[in-house]
Amino acid sequence: MKLKKGIPLIDQGNSLGFWGGKFGGNFVPETLKKPIEDLEILFNKLKKDKKFIAERDKYFKNWVGTPTRFIKLENLTKHVGGAQIWSKVVSDANGGAHKIYNATVHCLLAKRSGKKIICGDTGAGYAGKMLSMAAKKFGLKCKIFMGAKDIKRQQPNVKAMKKNGAEVIPVYSGSQTLVDAVSECMRFWVANCDTTAMCVGSTVGPAVFVRICGWSTSQISRELKAQLIEEFGSIPKKLKLYNCVGGGSSSFGFWNEFMDYDKKQCEFIGVEAGGPAKSRRHAAPLTYGSKIGILHGAAQYVNQNADGQIEETESISAGLDYPGISPLHCFLKDTKRARYTAASDEEALKAYKLVTKYEKLRPSLEPSHAFSVAIKEAKKMSKNTIVVVNSCGDAYKDKKILRNRLGKKYA
Amino acid sequence: MLNPIDVAFKKAKNENRPALLTYTVAGDSTKNQSLIILNTISKYADILELGVPHNTPVADGSQIQTSAYRAIKNGIKIEDIFWIVKKYKKNKNSKPIILMGYYNMIFQYGEKKFLEKCKKVGVNGLIVVDLPWPENKSFIKKCQKKTIYFIQLLSPTTSKQRLNKIIKDSHAMNYFISMLSTTGGKLKVSSKKIMSNYFKIKKINPKKNVVIGFGITEKSIKSLKKADGLVVGSAICKEISSSIQKRQNPVTNVANLVKKLKYKIL
Repeated sequence: MKLKKGIPLIDQGNSLGFWGGKFGGNFVPETLKKPIEDLEILFNKLKKDKKFIAERDKYFKNWVGTPTRFIKLENLTKHVGGAQIWSKVVSDANGGAHKIYNATVHCLLAKRSGKKIICGDTGAGYAGKMLSMAAKKFGLKCKIFMGAKDIKRQQPNVKAMKKNGAEVIPVYSGSQTLVDAVSECMRFWVANCDTTAMCVGSTVGPAVFVRICGWSTSQISRELKAQLIEEFGSIPKKLKLYNCVGGGSSSFGFWNEFMDYDKKQCEFIGVEAGGPAKSRRHAAPLTYGSKIGILHGAAQYVNQNADGQIEETESISAGLDYPGISPLHCFLKDTKRARYTAASDEEALKAYKLVTKYEKLRPSLEPSHAFSVAIKEAKKMSKNTIVVVNSCGDAYKDKKILRNRLGKKYA
Repeated sequence: MLNPIDVAFKKAKNENRPALLTYTVAGDSTKNQSLIILNTISKYADILELGVPHNTPVADGSQIQTSAYRAIKNGIKIEDIFWIVKKYKKNKNSKPIILMGYYNMIFQYGEKKFLEKCKKVGVNGLIVVDLPWPENKSFIKKCQKKTIYFIQLLSPTTSKQRLNKIIKDSHAMNYFISMLSTTGGKLKVSSKKIMSNYFKIKKINPKKNVVIGFGITEKSIKSLKKADGLVVGSAICKEISSSIQKRQNPVTNVANLVKKLKYKIL
């Protein structure tokens, strides 16, 4: 299994949509074959269309707000005492997280295909919130599927979705989290694919959804590359890019433009959700060696039992609370281009406390996982190492959890 | 030797009626009870589909989901499902069995080992909801070697060109999904429309049997009786759920329902 240079990773799958011959694919009911094929044809055409790219860039610039900041965390760097710690503040983007890129592109595609309704899944609520914003902006009706447990713990985003006119449909099956929301959303699409477009909220699902999402979030690394060159004159000799990994959309977007660099120069570190310190129900299939299985239309490393039933996960961060992982990350793991590790709930909370103590930055619980590992590892690194953490979401949505776990001061 | 599935269609045709196919979830509500249900409904049904419950079923509506979650909660494992089939096949009035499920269960068991086990216990056909054509090409061949039918699904969204290719690669039975829906949806298109789509498919290769499923109930079954076979699943799962709720015997209630379904198509 090998990465190819000079070809975008999203286009390195084979004719059936498998990366490395075994990750991804299209394990979908027959009814979805046609709408998926239609979407593939449309996307393959438009991603080469200069007019479409100009349109995307116009909305990214004027509406999403690009570029998001790239800042040095001076105080944190001083406190940690090792590598320079920087952050790409993707939570600056309209709506407060990276999910806006994928949502915008999906709505643009839906418009082109003549669909009037768009449905989507959400875990932390960001994918849903952004899709509701974009749907409103582009005049589409919007339906969001969300696990009942997530609806309870991510109320600010639920309110935002409703305010944007989206219908939020609670999902009561299974663990009542993201995995069930994605299943229910796919079921809705099976029954309504003639009138409705579907947006999968991360780099998961049937191959075309992995590709569209990766193509969209790659905006993050395009900006970062330019910002690094502006700051340092060239890409630093020792660059470490830390990102949390749930489905894997922000991390993939954060790394994509650096894919062809040697990993000794640009190292990618993905941080999965380890769950509560003593729990076995982690959401870290790459770190803890889960087996390959099929989930939501794609072959991937996934938490499952011997029979192939998908296992429930547990994490303080709804956005990472997913038993599977993008086929792109499976491929990056097996080709050893990226390194994956996990942080526990407690470690993420500790990192949140530390970052907010020293900096004017409030990373949500998801990027707090990445900060945890970055801080730990930066200590042992030289001063000329540039550590960049993608702060891909804002903690506003987590205020209730933060208040419960850390007290009023942190909410 | 004919696959018993062919024999079942032949028998129905001789009686000038469509074959009646039932779908129940293995282990719903318990391992033993689902076996008793199979034994009891064999008197009326021609072919029995046995669902392999999965906990992230992307094509099943709420009725089958409820049955599947209940079976999993009650501890059903893949080996128990083989046990059910093996025991059932000892019944001298047993009918052909088709296992229906999601690919991950087969993938984890191992394709080869799974098919060997199917052969050993007496499974006659397989429906794998999320293994469409052309992804299923190599698996179809493996099924053929074991003389197990791989039943292809066809949908109203399947293009003409694709229909031709799928049917060419199919075994002697195909499954037409009546409408855009998960299992058990309310029939939102007319029977006339469904039958007109059905005949278009049938024309491609009249020798191959085509069954219609999704959304078929006691009310609608009669209007579709020109088909080679009709599948009722969610309505049966619903009957099991409501029997449990009303503290009645699911076996008797399901048997009564299947009996009624049969009379509608005579």
